[in-house]
Amino acid sequence: MLLPAALYTFIFSYLPMGGIVLAFKNYNYRDGIFGSPWNGFQNFRFFFQSGQAFKVTRNTILYNLLFLVVNTTLQVTLAILISEMPGKRYKKTMQSFMFLPYFISWVIVSVIAFNFLSYDYGVINALRNSLGLDKLDFYGTPKYWIGILTFFNAWKGVGYGTVMYLAAIMGIDTSLYESAEIDGANIFQRIFYITIPCLYPTLIILTLLAIGNIFRGDFQMFYQLVGNNGLLFDYTDVIDTFTFRALITSNDIGMASASGLYQSVFCFITILTANYLVRRYDKDYSLF
Amino acid sequence: MKKSKDRIMLYIIGYILVGLVGLLCLLPFVLVISASFSTENEILKHGFSLLPRKLSLDAYRTVFDKPDVILRAYLNTIMVTIIGTITGLFITSMASYVLQRKDFEWRNKFSFYFYFTTLFSGGLVPWYIMMVRGLRLKDSYLALIIPMLFSVFNMLVMKSYMSSGIPDTITEAAIIDGCNDFAIYSKIILPLSKPTLATIGLFIGLAYWNDWYNSMLFINTESKYTLQYFLYEKVNNIEAYKKIIAQGGTNIGTFIELPTQTLKMALTIVVTGPIILAYPIVQKYFVQGITIGAVKG
Repeated sequence: MLLPAALYTFIFSYLPMGGIVLAFKNYNYRDGIFGSPWNGFQNFRFFFQSGQAFKVTRNTILYNLLFLVVNTTLQVTLAILISEMPGKRYKKTMQSFMFLPYFISWVIVSVIAFNFLSYDYGVINALRNSLGLDKLDFYGTPKYWIGILTFFNAWKGVGYGTVMYLAAIMGIDTSLYESAEIDGANIFQRIFYITIPCLYPTLIILTLLAIGNIFRGDFQMFYQLVGNNGLLFDYTDVIDTFTFRALITSNDIGMASASGLYQSVFCFITILTANYLVRRYDKDYSLF
Repeated sequence: MKKSKDRIMLYIIGYILVGLVGLLCLLPFVLVISASFSTENEILKHGFSLLPRKLSLDAYRTVFDKPDVILRAYLNTIMVTIIGTITGLFITSMASYVLQRKDFEWRNKFSFYFYFTTLFSGGLVPWYIMMVRGLRLKDSYLALIIPMLFSVFNMLVMKSYMSSGIPDTITEAAIIDGCNDFAIYSKIILPLSKPTLATIGLFIGLAYWNDWYNSMLFINTESKYTLQYFLYEKVNNIEAYKKIIAQGGTNIGTFIELPTQTLKMALTIVVTGPIILAYPIVQKYFVQGITIGAVKG
């Protein structure tokens, strides 16, 4: 009964691992994976010397850090507020709204982004126009995208994250709150001295996990929001989009395998490191 | 009980902030719906707005004037989602069941075998070559189903639910009664795992429904596109789409008169529709699933 899953994993995960040799080869279709001639570190040399490696790595790491800080702050704040607030119906309705973006595909998000940001018809430019301000050329100005990508990332993840932290808050021992009440703590003291410290384990685990995945860019988001708009790549290209374009658009198998392997190796190292840190913090929370 | 000052302050902050984020999450949907019901002229003149300046159904009429193109994409997505979710649930639950059986000798070895793939992978290129050259799945419906059939993450969630939610004694009792392993799985474990099956099923189903990536990677024939990729293609080649409609159109004029911006928005609504309709049920099980996941770590 384990066979289908085991076989699936073998075919789609383990067999392709053998394909990493491609990164050291000059691939051609005629000779296939193993027949193609070796070319040593040539692919990596191109990848690094073109300056692409540095750019996409920097973007991937910085975006992930930015997302981590913004999302965690927003989600924890909202979860705490929701857990303390009265007004069940109000909270439920607002939470339903917050969860909505989670369920739509990035294709739809990109249409929404266009609705906001389009130079000629976008809501933001229409608003600026009516206020007598200059229109902004979002699709032609890379630096705006730091904010835009962070916004849409937060927008899509806020509902999910809030529910997750709420569940963690519900798990806090209520007797802690009762004794704080008796000791005369006000509500802010309760939040800062009980709720937040009680969330530390969850926060640390999730943060370390996110750091473990710091070399993985969210391909779907970057590809749908930015697409093949080369004007923006300096600020928006991440390892995943770069690898994808090398494979599909320019059909440069060598370059795509090199950047893919580079990412896999660094991912592996960061995950192991993150896990080691979790283990040191608390053995029960480590992944393996 | 009299409410103290600090409490009231927190409530005010809470109401404002939670309301603000909630509305901000809803706002884009309102904008797209409003745009889809606007006239093309108003959009060209004033841009998108919160409420339609002039109501019009032109965009929807255009979408449904030649409905077979979009219905085809709908059908593909529905088929892929149903087949993928059922097969995926089957594979995932069987593997989870075996791995949570404490009397399974190689439990740890196999757990590591699966787990390792989440740590290290060959990357996009070898996997792509496996799909296209190894299995010759280019332009096949299977290429839309196979990539998302099984995920180790889902298996781990299900396994942890089964091992903590279902007492081992039940399995042991069944073994004593002479039940074979498959019967234990299908007659005892599956019925007892309904909540997690529903949650994981929704995870898988949603992933299939929202998938456009595999269509983009593997599918060349337009009639095999899934809904999301269909939308992506049409929004990016809206002129080509208008041509198709104008050719087969019955009551709509030449393609120059067809709307462009409102048509994009109407298409988006037609594609999103089912998710919004199913939203209340979907949300309930998702919240349950996340809560299980959070509690179990």
